[in-house]
Amino acid sequence: MRWFTAILAAFAVGLAADAVRAETLIAAMSSHQIQITSNYTGSQLTVFGLVERDGRTVARGDPYDIIVTVRGPRRMLLVREKERLGPIWINRTQRRFADNPVFLHVASNRPIAEMMSNETARRDRIGLVNAERPTGGWVDLDPGARRFRESLVRIMQGKGLYDYEERGVTFLSSALFSAPVDIPATAPTGSYTVDIVLYSGGVPLARQQTNFEVIKTGIEQRLASGAYDWAVLYGLATILLALFLGWGASVIFRRD
Amino acid sequence: MQIYLPIAELPISVLMVLGLSGAVGFISGLFGVGGGFLLTPLLIFLDIPPAVAVATVAAQVAGSSMTGVLTYLRRKALDLKLGGVLVSGGIVGTVLGVLFFNTMKRLGQLELVITLSYVTLFSIIGGLMLYDALRAMLRVRAGKPARLKRRGGMHPWWMGLPFRVRFYRSGLYCSVLPIALLAIVIGFIGAVLGVGGGFILVPGLIYFFRIPPAVVVGTSLFQILVTMTGATLLHAVTNQSVDIVLAVLLLLGGVIGAQFGGRAARNLNVESFRLLLALLILSVGLRFAIELFIPPGEPFSVVVPESAR
Repeated sequence: MRWFTAILAAFAVGLAADAVRAETLIAAMSSHQIQITSNYTGSQLTVFGLVERDGRTVARGDPYDIIVTVRGPRRMLLVREKERLGPIWINRTQRRFADNPVFLHVASNRPIAEMMSNETARRDRIGLVNAERPTGGWVDLDPGARRFRESLVRIMQGKGLYDYEERGVTFLSSALFSAPVDIPATAPTGSYTVDIVLYSGGVPLARQQTNFEVIKTGIEQRLASGAYDWAVLYGLATILLALFLGWGASVIFRRD
Repeated sequence: MQIYLPIAELPISVLMVLGLSGAVGFISGLFGVGGGFLLTPLLIFLDIPPAVAVATVAAQVAGSSMTGVLTYLRRKALDLKLGGVLVSGGIVGTVLGVLFFNTMKRLGQLELVITLSYVTLFSIIGGLMLYDALRAMLRVRAGKPARLKRRGGMHPWWMGLPFRVRFYRSGLYCSVLPIALLAIVIGFIGAVLGVGGGFILVPGLIYFFRIPPAVVVGTSLFQILVTMTGATLLHAVTNQSVDIVLAVLLLLGGVIGAQFGGRAARNLNVESFRLLLALLILSVGLRFAIELFIPPGEPFSVVVPESAR
């Protein structure tokens, strides 16, 4: 009899999960590649998405909410704090954030605080400060970590590399939405991931992931890879160019 | 018009860089200094990563000193023997400097080292030059010759150290040890701060070794040319931080500005220029002192370690 109830319970859970998964997300990028050329000054992409419901889904009391999180290439970041040492201010403490995105863009159709509770946002890693929160509850007990992470977010926001747009997602119809993503010229090259999550009434219903990349092309790419792969030759070429320009100037401006 | 810098990885306004390097080139032509000490902080201020700024300015200084060396070579105001000693010392100093630069960068104190060096170097040298320029001006006012006459037979002790060598063109008979030491120090400072070191070498050779100023400028430019060429190559090989596009822009503005500066220098009063240069160097030192002593508005900073790229 016990195994029978177990199966029944599992079946019920399966049904419930099915009901929750009644919505699916379909997402597309306006482009999957941003090319850096010599006149590159940043770029803009658009994420398009569609919330698809099957016929059995009951109408929900709460509206759909969409959160788009774009994460750039990951690097190790050092956050340093200046402290007073005698009469001068120097970098004393530092914290390393291994594997942290150098670019982060969060967009939602309305402020995140209106969509879900703080606990949900933290659990689901929603928002600029939460997006890279390491898993594991003990982290929240360390007040220093949170202070450094918040400073990291603040400084990166100042540099235009981190950005939160609380109305950055627009619903074009009840199910179709778009979210423009500005890529500043200072955003690093590499691969970017785009996470789209659908919420309703503070509950995540569906998620979808897509990606794009930022690459150097043409002369920019050749110079950058030359500097690494042919370092000696690159250095010599720079020196020759410098000496040639110096010589040229003395010839052109020679008075006699 | 913006151009994307492949190594610094950001776009920059072409006209602004040309204007900036032109202005710095004008000053450098006017005063006979490399101008790197002005250019490097300005580039860092424009968000160019410090490592890229230092390495790229080294290339720019090499190019602009090339112009000067050719001019002085034609005028025969260049002591190649003295230059050779300075260069040998300079190479040792540059290698040490690049090693020190990379170590400090790893330890996270590069910014502090650069700021501290700017403050101390510029305050001391600017202060000394200001004192000297004011004294010379006062002497001219009082109707006396601007400079004290060189007294024969009186030599500072360091000139009598072993390994004395005769430098004919400079009219100098002196031990090579203190000259080599000066050259090592300047090569070191040059590699760490991305400056040519002309603003230290020129007064150093004049005050410590009493070499005629006409020969000093040409010879110091020669030493700067060789050490900065070496520094460019070392930075390119060890850090991959030389931005060739930025270097070309800086050179174009720099060499043209330097030519005009050189012409302006011929028409104007030397003593007041010394005073102006002293004030310029002092103000750069002061600008860095403010950063060091005033409580920062934003105590936090974020860096991407170069090695993690």
